[in-house]
Amino acid sequence: MSTQPSQHPGLNLGAPHAEAHSANEEFVFGFWVFMMSDLIIFGLLFATYVTMLGGQAGGPGPSDLFEMKSAFIETMLLLVSSFTFGMASLSLKYREDKKWLIIWLLITLVLGLAFIGHELLDFNKMFDKGGVPSRSGFLSAFFALVPLHGLHVTSACIWLLALLGQIAVYGLDTNVKVGLTRLAILWHFLDIVWIGIFSLVYLGGLA
Amino acid sequence: MNHLSDLLLGRLGWDALPFWEMLKDPTTSSIINGIIATGAAAVVILGALIVAGLLTWYGKWKVLWRDWLTSPDHKRIGIMFIVIALVMLLRAIIEAAIMRAQQAFGLGGGFLSPEHFGQLFTTHGTIMIFFMAMPFLTGVINYVMPLQIGTRDLSFPVMNTISLGLTAAGAALVMVSLVLAPFSTGGWSGYPPFTESAANPGAGVDYWIWAVTLSTLSSTMTGINFAVTIYKKRTQGMNLMRMPLFCWVSLCTAILMIFGMPPLTVATALLALDRYLDFHFFTVDLGGNMMNYINLFWAFGHPEVYILILPAFGIYSEVFANFSGKQLYGYTTLVIATMCIAVLSFTVWLHHFFTMGQSAHVNAIFGIATMLIGVPTGVKIYDWMLTMYRGRVRFSIPMVYALGFLILFSIGGLSGIILATPSVDYQVHNSLFLVAHFHNMLIPGLLFGMLAAYNYWFPKAFGFRLEERWGYRAAFSWIIGFMLAFFPLYALGLLGMPRRTVTFFSPAYLPWTLAAGVGALIILFAVFCLLMQLWQSIRMRHENAVPVGDPWDGRSLEWATPSPPPEYNFPVLPEVYSHDPFYEQKSGGKAYQHPEQYVDIEMPANTAMGFITAVTGFLMAFGLTWYMWWLVIGAGVATLIAVIARGYVRNTTRIITAAEVRRTHERWLNEVARTTPITRDHERTTANKGLAVPPEQGAVQ
Repeated sequence: MSTQPSQHPGLNLGAPHAEAHSANEEFVFGFWVFMMSDLIIFGLLFATYVTMLGGQAGGPGPSDLFEMKSAFIETMLLLVSSFTFGMASLSLKYREDKKWLIIWLLITLVLGLAFIGHELLDFNKMFDKGGVPSRSGFLSAFFALVPLHGLHVTSACIWLLALLGQIAVYGLDTNVKVGLTRLAILWHFLDIVWIGIFSLVYLGGLA
Repeated sequence: MNHLSDLLLGRLGWDALPFWEMLKDPTTSSIINGIIATGAAAVVILGALIVAGLLTWYGKWKVLWRDWLTSPDHKRIGIMFIVIALVMLLRAIIEAAIMRAQQAFGLGGGFLSPEHFGQLFTTHGTIMIFFMAMPFLTGVINYVMPLQIGTRDLSFPVMNTISLGLTAAGAALVMVSLVLAPFSTGGWSGYPPFTESAANPGAGVDYWIWAVTLSTLSSTMTGINFAVTIYKKRTQGMNLMRMPLFCWVSLCTAILMIFGMPPLTVATALLALDRYLDFHFFTVDLGGNMMNYINLFWAFGHPEVYILILPAFGIYSEVFANFSGKQLYGYTTLVIATMCIAVLSFTVWLHHFFTMGQSAHVNAIFGIATMLIGVPTGVKIYDWMLTMYRGRVRFSIPMVYALGFLILFSIGGLSGIILATPSVDYQVHNSLFLVAHFHNMLIPGLLFGMLAAYNYWFPKAFGFRLEERWGYRAAFSWIIGFMLAFFPLYALGLLGMPRRTVTFFSPAYLPWTLAAGVGALIILFAVFCLLMQLWQSIRMRHENAVPVGDPWDGRSLEWATPSPPPEYNFPVLPEVYSHDPFYEQKSGGKAYQHPEQYVDIEMPANTAMGFITAVTGFLMAFGLTWYMWWLVIGAGVATLIAVIARGYVRNTTRIITAAEVRRTHERWLNEVARTTPITRDHERTTANKGLAVPPEQGAVQ
């Protein structure tokens, strides 16, 4: 094991260190397992959404409520934030460059917050058009699935802030690095879930 | 003033007290029901006061805090899980007995109100599944599995304390519902639309939703923890196909928890959205569809059945091998069968609603899938029988449970095959036949397994054997009581008696309900025996002490440690070359070795995270139940702060020095040297100090 300098993409724990590496291995693997479990929740909500597409009960449907433009903007915000998080991981791995790491993380955070803000505006517009969750089963399913993703992004932003605080206090110690590795997994995972939402909810709904 | 109390207490009012109805409207029925409910509430309050009083009297608060509530040690957490399970078992069994009494007197009346009866069967089911069975098996796996794979702890010890905290919070919520009533009347499965606010506006269903949600979050985390531990922390040489079978079932159970628990989290969360925010997932109007719930619930519910049963299969595998003095027969086939069961368990959920209007083809496919599970289960039954074949079988208490299981579980399996036939299911679904079937699987399959584990591993955990006379009485009363209480229900189901019936008008049911009532009394006696056994064992703990740690001539690594094992389990992590590693060590004269050198051991430091999540989780759920929004927000913010603050903690471990490890280990080795080994013939006598004669001199197989 000690022949491999780094076992984790985006992470550099310094000189090969068997103990730290194997402890880290467990943390990252455990987080992947948690992601699988979380994906079941999203999968079931996707399934619920699809089965309830017909349950509009005479209320507004996808074509009355969804706007391609704003969904596209949200997609771009999230995709770019995944890219900037990738840049943050690279500056952690190859340069151990604290300044650029923090800059990339801050850009990511701003993009994440912009995504949430835009999504909230979007929901507000839907509300104005009568698209409230209590209106129909279809809208209930929409408002269980999409805001849950938004809630995940919010938690990820809070986590990012907490990690920035840890960097300020402890610098780039192993805990911070492992934390960033796991947050990166979450961040890219949320991107993938959003691709699902964009394709299935928005493209599928408007098709 | 009134406004303020609304803000503070939400919808919690005087009418939540269990005796309120009786005082306001004193009819015979309300007085009887009120007295029962008040008595139960008094027991909860008295129990809490007595525990707190005893802790103060003996000055044990600090010990409780330091050694238990904040301990990340997997062994202590396992024991605490089991304590929760046993307390909840007591309550749920008493409720079962009251229900059996009601049906014994139920011809044209009985003494319970339908509302009260509804709460009884809902709490009984909810507790037995989520707060008895799950904590019990989680506790046993928590205790035993890390020892068996030769590691020091689980992968995520802090998360383990949080899992325990969430289960404790859920259990506390169910207990509080006795004092501040009502609980749900919607059954343990909580089917809408009956559990929607239109039909069931009170706090009862909300209690159920949050108790169950706390429990499922706990189990999901536990599953992740167990799976990662088994994948990543096995000791050197312990490849997957050398793991004891109990570890294999732990792995499969963990996988089922990871994938099987989220559907229930989704189901209860969506039900909560319906109730709190007027969503329309499962309502009857505005596009809701209750079949969504039923699909989600059983996407959890069926894997759950195997989460419950698989750990017991693992326990029986250890018990049969150990008390037959033989290697487990057909190890590989048992592993494959376990995996098959784990996979198949996700493919059969629809058999829970054969009668709800899907096509005959769909029913047929799920019927066949259901029957298929009988195949790997049958393989297991034969493997266990062949493990006993030509073994030197000792008729110990775990073996009594295991043999009772073998026969009764097969009968239950056969009735399951009957139920899996859709056409038959149309006749007997939602009748007592079904109730008889699943109790027939879960009591011998789960509970007997857990009680076997309790008798088998208790000396490992506490350093003394359990008393045997009351133990045998308990085991036999359980078996006989179970048969008398549940076999009549098969007949009642075939006669057409629906489940969850508070009263009935057909005299043909009466003899059977009376017989079942007598069975319930025998089960109550069995529980009394269990309590007596524990009491007698504690009294006789010095005579029955087995400090060396191997009272049953064991085969796997947990028996290679002292009883109770030190916090770090092994001074040096063992190396494994075969199945039954400890048995091999003993045969080769390599057991109880002095390590070449001692090193410092790094263990997780104590943490209050579990305790904090228990408190905040409970307060949040309680606030949600009674609409005390300030409490919900406050507890939520506190949880968030605790989680963020935990990220800033850097001193997460503490060192146990090599000198201390040496002292502890050498002291134990001296004790081993002083102790006279005994043969298996004497393992039930007071000569047993936990050291077995080496296999070649003792009973050889």
